[in-house]
Amino acid sequence: MSRILIIAEHDSQTLNLATAKCVSCAQAIGGDIDIAVFGSAIGEVAAEAAKLEPVTGVIAVEAEHLANPLAVNWAPEAVAIASGYTHVLGPSTTLGRDLMPRIAALVGVNQVSDIMEVSGPHSFKRPIYAGNAITDVECAPDRTVVATVRTASWKAAGSGGAAAVEQRAASSSPAEHTRYVGLETEGGERPDLQSAVRVISGGRALGSEEKFGLIYGLADRLGAGVGASRAAVDAGYCPNDMQVGQTGKIISPDLYMAFGISGAIQHITGIKDAGTIVAVNKDSEAPIFEVSDIGLVGDLFQVIPELESLLG
Amino acid sequence: MKILIGIKRVVDYNVRVRVLPDGSGVDLDGVKMSVNPFDEIALEEALRIRDAGKAEEVVVVSIGGDPVQQQLRTGLAMGADRAIQVKTDAELQPLGAAQAFLKIVEREEPGLVILGKQAIDDDNSQTGQMLAALWGRPQATFASKLVLNGTSARVTREVDSGLEIVDVDLPAVITVDLRLNEPRFVKLPDIMKAKRKPLDVVTLEELGVDAGSNVSVTHCAPPPQRAKGIMVDDAAQLVQELKNRGLL
Repeated sequence: MSRILIIAEHDSQTLNLATAKCVSCAQAIGGDIDIAVFGSAIGEVAAEAAKLEPVTGVIAVEAEHLANPLAVNWAPEAVAIASGYTHVLGPSTTLGRDLMPRIAALVGVNQVSDIMEVSGPHSFKRPIYAGNAITDVECAPDRTVVATVRTASWKAAGSGGAAAVEQRAASSSPAEHTRYVGLETEGGERPDLQSAVRVISGGRALGSEEKFGLIYGLADRLGAGVGASRAAVDAGYCPNDMQVGQTGKIISPDLYMAFGISGAIQHITGIKDAGTIVAVNKDSEAPIFEVSDIGLVGDLFQVIPELESLLG
Repeated sequence: MKILIGIKRVVDYNVRVRVLPDGSGVDLDGVKMSVNPFDEIALEEALRIRDAGKAEEVVVVSIGGDPVQQQLRTGLAMGADRAIQVKTDAELQPLGAAQAFLKIVEREEPGLVILGKQAIDDDNSQTGQMLAALWGRPQATFASKLVLNGTSARVTREVDSGLEIVDVDLPAVITVDLRLNEPRFVKLPDIMKAKRKPLDVVTLEELGVDAGSNVSVTHCAPPPQRAKGIMVDDAAQLVQELKNRGLL
């Protein structure tokens, strides 16, 4: 039977939803599931991880030098724990994509990137060419599987369990050659794009940074995260970290609403796992309508105010 | 200081890839091949560092059969000083590629290794991090800004929650994201000049790297298509439809 270790992603206060998605992937693999939480002052996060079902145990490693998610410091801790496990999983977020290959190299294996489906304990499906092809990969059963889980492909595991939390001391000393300086965030109070249940996005048709405010207004009405097309970001209507697409964020909200986005391939790649895609565009020939579940040909400057009044 | 750049030969990003009917892979027959776009950005950054007087030499490295020499020549035409081909016909996976890079790093002793954050063919995003691990050196992935300060580099990283800033001592491995810079266009005289620049060939066997892997690809298929949607006439119908589906 498999023994699966998941490396938790968190900001010291809350567990990132991506971790609960890794639990669902681990469940599909089958076996015991433990979660490792690295950081300093991580009591609340470890307790949250222990509630995820069906997690067997949580290993909390607390040390000052683990406070920030530097791969050079986290990877040796993961490797120290990994020997007892058949699988080590992390999310395909920027944290997981930075950390997991470093773990894999130290373990001496190739990593399976972006598991989107589990066919067996050592058989997985993953996308290549930005999702334009799906490959089946087989891992040697006598080697540790180190993998990232494509968060857009998995639902978050439920909460309600009560796994034991085990405290362990850090096994490695801080890497002196790498220093965390800080994090600049621009998102504010709105839900994070990766974990938002609803996402409202705007494209170049918004026309200016000022008019992009319409998107924020509707998003706040719906409690939605805000995204943008590459064109809108490049035009300076909104910051980089809001870009949805192959070169931005790949997301899977239950509801995705695209306003004034034509639907370039690179944007579609980022949204095709959304539950329901709504597209509003003046151009009835816009490619976004080929992938939308509900389409509306119209002027977003009329449609958005109408939607707001209909929503009361 | 010397800067080492990794270059991968991949299907050009403008090509719409087609999966072969027998599921053995994607159709590469007659398809335009190019330098992985992220690697072009890595090279551009190295050239700017050199041209600002902060590095003396830029070396481009590619792993693969002789066709990769085309991409190495492109790198030389962009402005790299010399090229190294790690010759192999094997389909090397990231760990093997990182091991091969490590051997080159040990020979060349660069102050900086800059790679693309991922290749746009297999989308693995592993090689840079693996090289840093095997080398026991810092990694700064997904860089959108890079500032050298003598013996260290301040790197701005594009992460999900915003921009993370780290300081790394050199030598270090940096992988680059799209917004770091815009690579220059190659001019015809540069292509002519590139033909005279040195291109050394070393085989994977000579480096003592095993091409074997614990992960193998067994089948390739096109992605599933979304079902055709409906069109509504106005905002009221849209709201009603969303309510019917339990989304509002």
